[in-house]
Amino acid sequence: MLNTLNQPLAKPRQPNMYRYDEFDAQFVNERVEQFAGQVARRLSGELTEDQFKPLRLMNGLYLQLHAYMLRIAVPYGTLSSRQMRKLAHLARTYDKGFGHFTTRTNLQFHWARLVDVPAMLRELASVEMLCIQTSGNCVRNVTADQFAGATDEEIEDPRPLCEIIRQWSSLHPEFVFLARKFKIAVGACEQDRAAMQWHDMAVQVVKNAEGRIGYLVMAGGGMGRTPYVAHVMNEFVEREDILAYLEAVLRVYNQDSRRDNIHKQRIKILINTIGPEEMRRRVAREFDELKRMGTLQLPKEELDRIAAYFKAPDFETGLSDEMPDAGPDFANWVKTNIHKHKAPGYAIATITLKTPGQIPGDASAAQMDAIADLMDQYSLGEVRVSHEQNLILPHVRKKDLPAIYAKLKELDFASPNAGLITDIIACPGLDYCDLANARSIPIAQKIAKRFEDLDRQHQIGELKIKISGCINACGHHHAGHIGILGVDKKGVEFYQLLLGGSGAEDSSIGTIMGPGFGEHEIADAVERVVNVYLAERKDGERFLDTYRRIGMEKFKAAAYQEAAAA
Amino acid sequence: MTKLIKSGAYAQDVYARVADDAPLPEGPVLVSLARFQKERDTLLARNTAVGIKLQASENPELLGADVNHFALIALEFPKFRDGRAFSWARMLRTRLGYTGEIRAVGDFLYDQVNYQHRVGFDAWEVPDHFTIEMFNRALTEMTNVYQPSTDGRITIRQLRAAARKS
Repeated sequence: MLNTLNQPLAKPRQPNMYRYDEFDAQFVNERVEQFAGQVARRLSGELTEDQFKPLRLMNGLYLQLHAYMLRIAVPYGTLSSRQMRKLAHLARTYDKGFGHFTTRTNLQFHWARLVDVPAMLRELASVEMLCIQTSGNCVRNVTADQFAGATDEEIEDPRPLCEIIRQWSSLHPEFVFLARKFKIAVGACEQDRAAMQWHDMAVQVVKNAEGRIGYLVMAGGGMGRTPYVAHVMNEFVEREDILAYLEAVLRVYNQDSRRDNIHKQRIKILINTIGPEEMRRRVAREFDELKRMGTLQLPKEELDRIAAYFKAPDFETGLSDEMPDAGPDFANWVKTNIHKHKAPGYAIATITLKTPGQIPGDASAAQMDAIADLMDQYSLGEVRVSHEQNLILPHVRKKDLPAIYAKLKELDFASPNAGLITDIIACPGLDYCDLANARSIPIAQKIAKRFEDLDRQHQIGELKIKISGCINACGHHHAGHIGILGVDKKGVEFYQLLLGGSGAEDSSIGTIMGPGFGEHEIADAVERVVNVYLAERKDGERFLDTYRRIGMEKFKAAAYQEAAAA
Repeated sequence: MTKLIKSGAYAQDVYARVADDAPLPEGPVLVSLARFQKERDTLLARNTAVGIKLQASENPELLGADVNHFALIALEFPKFRDGRAFSWARMLRTRLGYTGEIRAVGDFLYDQVNYQHRVGFDAWEVPDHFTIEMFNRALTEMTNVYQPSTDGRITIRQLRAAARKS
């Protein structure tokens, strides 16, 4: 079946996105050779593992349970078909034929060999990709709203700012040995699809009372063992000042953060220790100085120059805005996986990498190649990665949707479950990660299978389950409507339930229900919690709304009562 | 004998490191912040160079107006992962207008020398195996930079603007 899809088109389409110029290309190539030198020094024994560790981490290379893991940056989640094909090629050549899309919109290979890494990096550089700062205590890959440039909800496309931040933060001499990692997200509308308030720093494009575009800056959000949602640092930073403001925040963080306890070194701890008011005062002092110096001011020409790369495509006009009729399965998929596009006759289509039974976020080389073909054929050569570990075709004509749906069905990627209970975020967990206390993937698979029935999923409606295999919270369990945290109790995996979290514009921290459930009880417990919601909900309420209205008690009673009886 | 690289060449370290409770020898000395704060007047009255060594947790602003009395400020890297001194060097060179020697001491790596150079360090206390060739290579592995910093280097953005105009 897949063979028909694997025929490459005559010519891949180049979407409107940032392209390297000679300076970017030279920068990345030199960085690859620099890292190749570091790998050689490690292989020869000149560098100890302890010395090599921060260097490899700054280039996205982890040492995991079974092998090295290489994390590739997908800047602000935007990929061209050419890049997607390269990722497929790397999966086939250097991994076991799979890649894993992460909650930071990156792609990981879990079976890399150290000796191969320089070659992998050279191949990536050839398609303008890199691994710089995808790990380590530095500014990480900038993420964005996955519907950027396609939705009519935004003030403007946030990606030009993302690209400006990417360049400014690449090997920034002052900020590559921060106290901890530093994650930045950018959005441009009321709706928050990028979990912005959970980031170390977030920038939201806003308009002030005079109608001028500028940026609202938040800082101090974060998951991990001490979850916080971010505080507003500045409600309106002028466009030309934004890099100065971001540098000011980072400078205060680098200077004032604790360094004596790895669990208390994120910016969220600093801000919540000294208080947001004091943080704003310290940042303002640095900001004033940076503005006076003027070296980081962003000229309008530079913003315009970068924005030109992301110019909206020439959308076809005169298309019908009607949704085609292609049967009930298709209609179900449209209901959940299609979002309104800004151009009439177009749609934004979400491909959930969450077919029940599948590993959330995983794609095989053949699937990646096939998606690249769909990108070229139907989405102007472009795809986006979301923090919910899905792929998005941002610019598709409505009339093409039935054909796209048919091909996704062949790929086993046509689940009509975006935003539903089986669209689960899960970290790699103990199957791969040496930090994990428990497995996440089998739990995600088990729950997805339990709720596989489509009518039931649609009846339940929007419900976000997020699963982490340890307290580090890579699976965003604090932000799940239902969060699941894997813990280890004397060598046995247990799973705690959290209710009431959100990673959207109504962000909130989930509350732990109580003691954990065993591996074989957790799907039952989730089901009982969902049943309480179905019995209690009022018209139009999502799970989260019902929880916020009635609180934990009834959910908890149901979850444990029957667990005790079982 | 410490091996010192300064202004791109091997250099003689003329400063005597003085423990907080040891008597002050003749000639240039390198003291801690604590000792300086205790014996400020004595130290500044000596007719010789004074250097101060700041721990990573010691903000150079603690020196106040005295900052320019020092011929040497040594910034300590207690562990190469502790990057606070990158911001301290930057602050010394810009906000505090310090023009004397800023020396990197402690546990830092070859791979950090270029960043140190960019933010304002101009001297390095290096281990025995560290050569001037390594030093020069560290500074030239990456030709261009994206960020303005203390070194005043032309950034990629400026290079692009210049290329557009020509």
